[in-house]
Amino acid sequence: MDVTSPKTPRADAALLGFARALRAAGVDASAERVYAFLRAVGELRPGMRADVYWAGRLTLCGGRDDLERYERVFAACFDGSAPDGRTTATAPPPRPRLVVRDGPVPRGPARPEHAPAPPAASLASSAEVLRHRDVAELDSADREQLRRLLAAFALRGETRRTARRRPARRGQVDPRRTVRELLRRGGEPARLRRHARTDRPRRVVLLVDISGSMAPYADALLRFAHAASRGSRAEVFTIGTRLTRVTRELTHRDPDLAMTALAAAVPDWRGGTRLGELLREFLDRWGQRGMARGAVVVLLSDGWERGDPELLGAQMRRLHRLAHRVIWANPRKARPGYAPLAAGMAAALPSVDAFVEGHSLAALERLAAVVAGAEPGLVEGAERA
Amino acid sequence: MRARLEETGYLVDDGLAVACFLALRLHRPIFCEGDAGVGKTALASALAEALGAPLIRLQCHEGIDASQALYDWDFPRQLLHLRAAEAAGVKDAERLESELYDRRFLVARPLLKALETQPSVLLVDEVDRADDEFEAFLLELLSEFSVTIPELGTLRAGTPPVVVLTSNRTREVHDALKRRCLYHWFDHPGFARELAIVRRRLPGVSARLAEQVTALVQELRSQDLLKPPGVAETIDWAQALDALGVDEVDAELAVATLGSVLKYREDAERARGLDLAAVLAGRGA
Repeated sequence: MDVTSPKTPRADAALLGFARALRAAGVDASAERVYAFLRAVGELRPGMRADVYWAGRLTLCGGRDDLERYERVFAACFDGSAPDGRTTATAPPPRPRLVVRDGPVPRGPARPEHAPAPPAASLASSAEVLRHRDVAELDSADREQLRRLLAAFALRGETRRTARRRPARRGQVDPRRTVRELLRRGGEPARLRRHARTDRPRRVVLLVDISGSMAPYADALLRFAHAASRGSRAEVFTIGTRLTRVTRELTHRDPDLAMTALAAAVPDWRGGTRLGELLREFLDRWGQRGMARGAVVVLLSDGWERGDPELLGAQMRRLHRLAHRVIWANPRKARPGYAPLAAGMAAALPSVDAFVEGHSLAALERLAAVVAGAEPGLVEGAERA
Repeated sequence: MRARLEETGYLVDDGLAVACFLALRLHRPIFCEGDAGVGKTALASALAEALGAPLIRLQCHEGIDASQALYDWDFPRQLLHLRAAEAAGVKDAERLESELYDRRFLVARPLLKALETQPSVLLVDEVDRADDEFEAFLLELLSEFSVTIPELGTLRAGTPPVVVLTSNRTREVHDALKRRCLYHWFDHPGFARELAIVRRRLPGVSARLAEQVTALVQELRSQDLLKPPGVAETIDWAQALDALGVDEVDAELAVATLGSVLKYREDAERARGLDLAAVLAGRGA
């Protein structure tokens, strides 16, 4: 399959330049994908704009989040210079933005006129300050604390039974291994081999509030999240004025690197809170599809909601129906005389299985124990609400 | 390609037509993502019908392993073979042993069956439901179209099967798997295309009913629902109304049959609050 034969090397160079531009825009267009792209274009009519468009979209993109970047780069690279003079009308219409961070996702792409108009009141825009936090340096006390956290937590969810079976001392007879054993001994009676269902830890989903009101705690909580997600496969999201999935950023083994990556990825440090709205976004985009199903979901937040507490209440009920267990860790709970009076907190509490503190190392250790299935013993907040 | 797919009653847009064409020419799997009920699985059966090839389906689930997906040795038959050989007084142990791991004692599970059936269309459905360890099994199959069995060697497909993978995005599928595939994202279709799909799928339904139902579903989709209805639900709804023997739907009847489109109580309540009559009037006029 000679890619270059029907075209000039210049055409190839243009395609490679396009791939490079895509890479710069954040699409992971590896050499293998680019090779597939060139082959695909070779198979199609290379001069046709729409064909190049689809060939690239099919081979270079690897996820829904890539598509929007692809549209943009494609328009920048090929608009106005359509190789054979075809009009731009052949290009599919631009789609709404699909990046996670960008507030509520418009539902049907077919109605851009409805999409970018969330009600102004719930934007908490007065507080939406996009601020990248500087974590260039950590002092020695921080490091010490981090080591302790890492040592203390591997956040393992409660276990659940799986469909898979493993050899075991007791349990049902495993016909396959028994027969194999018989065969090995030439048909002599042998011991029955048994197998049993295995247990697996449930998925843990951490939603960390990084809004202004949580500022004193956010840093420590994110380190906790890092420590927790290192041991098991926990999913981590940050909530502020936007919802950001930071699981990937936290996979760095080195905590400093992880925190730097996270600081670069999260655009809404110390802004306001739109708990209800973002919780809905989480459920729509991830939770209902399966991430929250049967999982242990932990919210680390003070429950100060800028938007409508009723929305938060409704979304919490939804979450409660999906998840195996919903745990709310509120650092302010430890203060003397604390009552869950913040409107959001009061609305959320009826759907919370365990309401714990989260202000100190000891409290976080207790949280880890609750996630692993221990009785919280501290659910008095639930009765209040 | 497009015409052949449309003959089977599956309507494709430009992107999907290009994807199918490339999948056939470059022997690359198509990786389909999108909301539920937008025709990801139906694509595989339409491809199978268009190519005149059997469809081999592997439904992924948690805990699926190689013996369920690739191949398995048929222990009872091997045992039987040994007994029979013993009864016949065969003494040549070495030959007997080599016979045991013969192709005829191998049970082909869907993936191996797809390699051996030519031509064929292989559908790996909901790959995101399988454990991530399982994706590793798929890698050799999807890039080389071969399966390595330690006792037998490597089995290779003469003409590679057309492979369709679908995912509902409950988790991110590993990049090593994705980059071997063509990626296609399924969007909900626009009014005209959805209407065409309904008409094609349900030729018995009156034109007016199909149009009304499609308009209603499009309106519902634009609402902020927990689970926006897919094309499959549109077809279900039209079918349900047709089964009631009506040619035209009014707001009352629409509410009564809402259960075939919306599967959440909150959604149904929300839809009842809408002015369905206005939608119908707007489209019917």
